[in-house]
Amino acid sequence: MNAPVQMRKPKETGVPDNKKYLHPVLAKNFGDWKYHDRPRPGVLHHVSHSGDEVWSVRAGTQRQMDVYTIRTLCDIADKFADGRVRFTIRSNIEYMVSDEKKVAPLIAELEKHGFPVGGTGNSVTMIAHTQGWLHCDIPGTDASGVVKALMDELIEEFKHEEMPNRVHMSTSCCEINCGGQADIAIIVQHTKPPVINHDLVANVCERPAVVARCPVAAIRPAMVNGKPSLEIDETKCMCCGACYPPCPPMQINDPENSKLAIWVGGKNSNARGKPTFMKMVASGLPNNAPRWPEVGAAVKNIISVYKADARPWERIADWIDRIGWPRFFEKTGLPFTKYLIDDWRGSRYNLNASTHIRF
Amino acid sequence: MAKKLHNTPNLDELEKGKWPSFVTGLKRLAKDKDIAVDLLGQLEASYKTRKGYWKGGTVGVFGYGGGVIPRFTELKNADGTAQFKDAAEFHTLRIMPPPGMHYDTATLRQFCDIWEKHGSGLIAFHGQSGDIMFQGCTTENVQKAFDEFNEMGFDLGGAGPAVRTSMSCVGAARCEQSCYNEAQAHRAVLNTFLDDLHRPSLPYKFKFKFSGCPNDCMNAIQRADMAVIGTWRDNIRTDEALAKKWFAKHGMDELVNDVVARCPTKTFQVKEIGKIKKGEHISSVAVSATHAVEIDNQDCVRCMHCINVMTGALAPGKDKGASVLVGGKSHLKIGGLMGTVVIPFIKLDTEEEVEVLVDFAQRTIDFFAENALEHERTGEMIERIGLANFLDAMEIDVDPAMISSPRMNPYVRTDGWDDEVAKIKAKKQA
Repeated sequence: MNAPVQMRKPKETGVPDNKKYLHPVLAKNFGDWKYHDRPRPGVLHHVSHSGDEVWSVRAGTQRQMDVYTIRTLCDIADKFADGRVRFTIRSNIEYMVSDEKKVAPLIAELEKHGFPVGGTGNSVTMIAHTQGWLHCDIPGTDASGVVKALMDELIEEFKHEEMPNRVHMSTSCCEINCGGQADIAIIVQHTKPPVINHDLVANVCERPAVVARCPVAAIRPAMVNGKPSLEIDETKCMCCGACYPPCPPMQINDPENSKLAIWVGGKNSNARGKPTFMKMVASGLPNNAPRWPEVGAAVKNIISVYKADARPWERIADWIDRIGWPRFFEKTGLPFTKYLIDDWRGSRYNLNASTHIRF
Repeated sequence: MAKKLHNTPNLDELEKGKWPSFVTGLKRLAKDKDIAVDLLGQLEASYKTRKGYWKGGTVGVFGYGGGVIPRFTELKNADGTAQFKDAAEFHTLRIMPPPGMHYDTATLRQFCDIWEKHGSGLIAFHGQSGDIMFQGCTTENVQKAFDEFNEMGFDLGGAGPAVRTSMSCVGAARCEQSCYNEAQAHRAVLNTFLDDLHRPSLPYKFKFKFSGCPNDCMNAIQRADMAVIGTWRDNIRTDEALAKKWFAKHGMDELVNDVVARCPTKTFQVKEIGKIKKGEHISSVAVSATHAVEIDNQDCVRCMHCINVMTGALAPGKDKGASVLVGGKSHLKIGGLMGTVVIPFIKLDTEEEVEVLVDFAQRTIDFFAENALEHERTGEMIERIGLANFLDAMEIDVDPAMISSPRMNPYVRTDGWDDEVAKIKAKKQA
């Protein structure tokens, strides 16, 4: 017998302290900021009670970055920003500089290397996205590719602050919706029940767990071709795909029948109204890799109607609150179908229990 | 030099356009790395067939149960060998970021060097839970890469039914709206649960998120089982110089239409200076020689809108802290849930006060571990047992700030009513 290999024990250090990573002006003025303004799109100017000022320049990235891209971003930070950067929740990078004179050359350097400067204030900022075909085990579509194609279309709105309020977008490659709530979200919507490979179910899936996972109790154990498997009541199944992660032989993804849906009006902020969940307003869009032109056109249409019609500070949810759903569908030209009437639990709250109707 | 690139006509389309291209980045990696060449091959196959080809498995590091996302290719030749053999194993290491996602370039460069040596060279800043995602590693190299990251002072994040990696906003480091030390609370809470984070054994995932103010830049309310969102109890602060500067630039129309009309409780008013009310709950500030704004803070819900519009002229108060909301989650299984208020206000100025938050988090996780069903999130558990039962277990008094409205149905057994009233009275007198 071989001698046991001595393995290195992990150091359970947890979340590291961020103090040594803070830009010196940020560290010095920690907790003492007074206000900020935005001298131009992509730049935040913060003023401290101490009188110190800092300019943050925000640029878009592809999120899934190769080491060469990251080293280029680091070179820029070393040249302009005291070797410090931070990332936003939407994968934008931020450089802090304490000298206003550095802002313009920093922007020029970022743009020279292909990093668009923007994403602040009332812009369409970078899309929060997921893993997709690149790395997920259950994806109905790609993520990085959808986002790249959409941001190519929306890059001018990223670089300018011309929207009524900020526009946050997300994409999700299955109905689990890892991309999260957003003003506009693009989410896979399956339209056919899973196709079961009965030869594999017994060996791969923990059947009671799969049965328990179904939101509409449409799955039950069954013997198929003499093997223990699962069967689906297809009249109950609403094709959410929840059974697929715990049971990969229940294939939900389909090149033709897995469609894309568009949701609008999600908002996490408490500003003005309470946070809101987004609502489905379109479905049936084709999963048309590599550039998803139908999705791009639909999203751009909603954005342009919102841009033209909303008042200052109205997020998409606030705008629809004012104009109402009939006008939203009318103005965007999106068909209002019976599938958009909620019938899930709590759905009565989404019906119009009043005579408040706009004509 | 790596092997020759596969034909990728679909992915090549994603090199066009002005937004930075991840495909161009992958091709740069593919000049030196066969794993990147074959990743491009597999991804192109997905683009052709519109199907994913990764399956999970069991890969980890010594001493931990989670934090590595295993990926094995399912694209096989007839003889069972991988079609893209150099990317047949393409695991991800999730590494927890520092609060606020601040870095120095020395650290980022060291990440790059390690990942160039042991992995594919592809890194995502950051995943949806906040992890730095080091994507593309063979089973053999996972331990080696982790050991080097760990020696740098970084640790694996969460995966599976575990406490997950957390995120906090830029916060006090650069934001005037920050209402507590987000980084301190983030670290104090998360680093209490490293065992539950590294060794998945909860009913399902449990996420914490830390936002410094009600703008909730971390999206905590809808994606965290426990959302710690900064707020304040006293009056909105004002600055007359900045208020006049704002008004000079924006004028009365914008003040009325963009601020007064958008106040959710209509507590924000603009008045002639002589008509401004005085009182301990009133904030007021002149915007011109004739007009001032008036806010009755007892009617203010701390939504942030007026402060966002007139930043600096208006600011959160000085008696700061946080609200704690529990139960946020996405669709599966019962539909999306926002977190709901469980602690209306908690001070977080001192270590002892942060410890109270940590203790509440500990008791919540203990209760969740004991009482949630398998694959049930906190929000679903509370929906099943009722908020009152959860509060009872947490020894938290009920508070009308926890509800939108009292119940709208009579389906409740109330024979304990008198006892409850007596308890409340006794507490008030104590």
